[in-house]
Amino acid sequence: MALESTLNKEMIINVGPQHPSTHGVLRLVMTLEGEIIKDTKPVIGYLHRGLEKLAESRNYFQYLPMVDRVDYLSSFFCSAAFCYAVESIAGLKVPKRAEYIRLITMEFNRITSHLMWLTAFLLDLGATTPMFYAFREREDIVKLFEELTGQRMMYNFYTFGGVKKDLPEGWMTKAVDLCKSMPKMFDEYEAIITKNPIFMERTKGVGVLTQKMAADYAITGANIRGSGIDFDLRKTNPYSVYDEIDFKTHLAENGDSYDRYMVRIAEMRESVKIIEQALKQIPGGTPERLKVKSVNCGCKKEDCEFCGFDVQLVGKKLNAAVFKPPVGEVISMIEAPRGVITCYVVSDGTNKPYRVKWRTPSFSSVQLLPELIKGKNYSDLMPIFGSLDVVLPEVDR
Amino acid sequence: MHDIYIEIFNKLGIPTVLAEITWPVIPFIFVAILLILVVIFLVLMERKVLAWLTVRKGPNRVGPFGFFQTIADAIKLLCKEDIMSKDTNKILFTLAPMIVFAPIMIIYGLMPFTEKFVAINLAAGLFLVFALSSITTVGIVLAGWASNNKYSLLGGMRSAAQAISYEIPLVIAVLSIAVLAGTLNLSDIVIAQAGGFSDGAFFSWNVFSWNIIPAFIGFVVFFICSIAEVNRIPFDLPEAESELVSGYNTEYSGMKFALFFLAEYAAMFIMSVLIVTLFLGGYLSPFSDYLSVTLFQNIIHNQNILYIFMHIEQGFWLIAKTYFVIFIIIWIRATLPRLRADQLMSFAWKFLLPLSLVNLTIVAVFKYFSTLMNG
Repeated sequence: MALESTLNKEMIINVGPQHPSTHGVLRLVMTLEGEIIKDTKPVIGYLHRGLEKLAESRNYFQYLPMVDRVDYLSSFFCSAAFCYAVESIAGLKVPKRAEYIRLITMEFNRITSHLMWLTAFLLDLGATTPMFYAFREREDIVKLFEELTGQRMMYNFYTFGGVKKDLPEGWMTKAVDLCKSMPKMFDEYEAIITKNPIFMERTKGVGVLTQKMAADYAITGANIRGSGIDFDLRKTNPYSVYDEIDFKTHLAENGDSYDRYMVRIAEMRESVKIIEQALKQIPGGTPERLKVKSVNCGCKKEDCEFCGFDVQLVGKKLNAAVFKPPVGEVISMIEAPRGVITCYVVSDGTNKPYRVKWRTPSFSSVQLLPELIKGKNYSDLMPIFGSLDVVLPEVDR
Repeated sequence: MHDIYIEIFNKLGIPTVLAEITWPVIPFIFVAILLILVVIFLVLMERKVLAWLTVRKGPNRVGPFGFFQTIADAIKLLCKEDIMSKDTNKILFTLAPMIVFAPIMIIYGLMPFTEKFVAINLAAGLFLVFALSSITTVGIVLAGWASNNKYSLLGGMRSAAQAISYEIPLVIAVLSIAVLAGTLNLSDIVIAQAGGFSDGAFFSWNVFSWNIIPAFIGFVVFFICSIAEVNRIPFDLPEAESELVSGYNTEYSGMKFALFFLAEYAAMFIMSVLIVTLFLGGYLSPFSDYLSVTLFQNIIHNQNILYIFMHIEQGFWLIAKTYFVIFIIIWIRATLPRLRADQLMSFAWKFLLPLSLVNLTIVAVFKYFSTLMNG
């Protein structure tokens, strides 16, 4: 009889790398006593692609499409982090219109990423319906992205000094319409999730992340805002044009899974407001209007409202092969949906980066996981791990 | 059903002896075919209703409205390789799906589908139903243990823990029905729900004497517990797919998996039939008389044909009420997430059990005064 006796004995269980709810290829080696988790060891690296090393053998423009793969659910943010880093080494100025386009796409991307998190989180808890609802809205946004960039994921849209294309005609009207309909959709999710007694039972008081723990593990993003730490790079260190936008950061008090959920829902609503403002404030207005006006104007003056620098897409046309930023190193930080994504670029004056280093928020969250779930029921793994919003390509790079 | 069966044989000119010998066999084959048809329809219905609730289309490729999708799935399952991993306990591994499936099959024979369509009409039918439905838990625990898979083991153990906690409120809720009807015979329980609460055009409708009215709390408790009994969301802990991959049936494939699948849906149907039988008047029409009889009694004077009409209508009422209950179960599945194992247990022990006792008290008082009033 080869069956192992499990009576009065700790059981070691391998959750993943292929498991329905480890969000990709995370492997957790768990020691269970009955259903109580005694110990957890995350084993990462199943999705390691060597994105940092690959940068060293490619020039800046060749590396640009790869950056999107750091986190496939929020490609724009990774792209933006790298672009801002290179721009600040090379001293490139970005036109305001390009910054606004970046901001709009980033905030839309934040919504898609949060929606994707919502589906995965609720699916882990056993609720299937919110998944279909969330995917319905995600599809609308992804269609906008497709129209703009030609891709549904991995957009490769930002470039050094701006963005690759202007908004297509009619895009802004669609975006405005979507922004109008979106809050109703969020109401729909909240109706089925927020006050759901079983959902509250599963998530309230579960996986409490204290402020000290958050600081110790360098957790960022919605996870610490759920614990009541007011840290949002968009506010504290405004990159892009966030300083021209009026928005709030949402905090919660208890730091449990439910609070992290509430913060993310509130963030999605806030993102819609940000996009609405940005669509109004964008220099040059709609692309249709801009085209007509700039042809009529044709003055090519720096401060012209319709054909000056601020309404351009790219500050400076760069030659990919000979683009050589000066010697230097820089860190750029972006408030991505999962937390602060940091890109460290060292340039040695050649057309290839000397070193690129990514510091990603999910990596910290995975480290936090063993401490959060120690002594909890095995069923609590899902509400805790799900609420941390871990995406594996971001952990492994 | 026994008498009708023999009568049919007599009319066809076949000796009674032959009828007596084949008596349990042929009706049971009939019941088995009915069961498979019900499950096939049920799976399709679940997928269609879920699709409707989640803004999708559901199966729509195989046959009209995807009608043959389940049949295609069944054929696929039958053709699949029967995998048994290396260190499984082969005997128990094979036995487990049968232990899960067989009791549910027997319960089908106990159910009063119409006045005469009861394969086995037992005096202690209600008792036997719960005795049999508890056996399925043993099968699930066996499946979990014999698979030699840690997820399966956890699923099996959860199933056992779950069964202990919800079956007590379930049985106490049923006890109130036994008090109301004064019998454990399922057919008699249905008949006891006929008549309305007084004579009169409106108040003599059967609806007013359904058990759900005095035993409403019992109905709620029974409904919740029966969802747990058939392992469905929000109580599908033994096979919680996001935690335990697929729980107790992770290692099963092919026909063995199909048996689990069949048993799950058959159990869901039978539990709904039971809810209808115990609380919603079973095959009785909600009105004071059968509609078809009232409609046709002036046109058709042949009592036999009217009798057949009545039976068809009884079947219709039972199926209609059952599918209404099933619809609610599916609706619940689309709405709620899964509970945690210990939360389910504390919910069952601390909330459902006291509630079912309260219900029993209310029903007992109700019964006492109603017998007092009726003399």
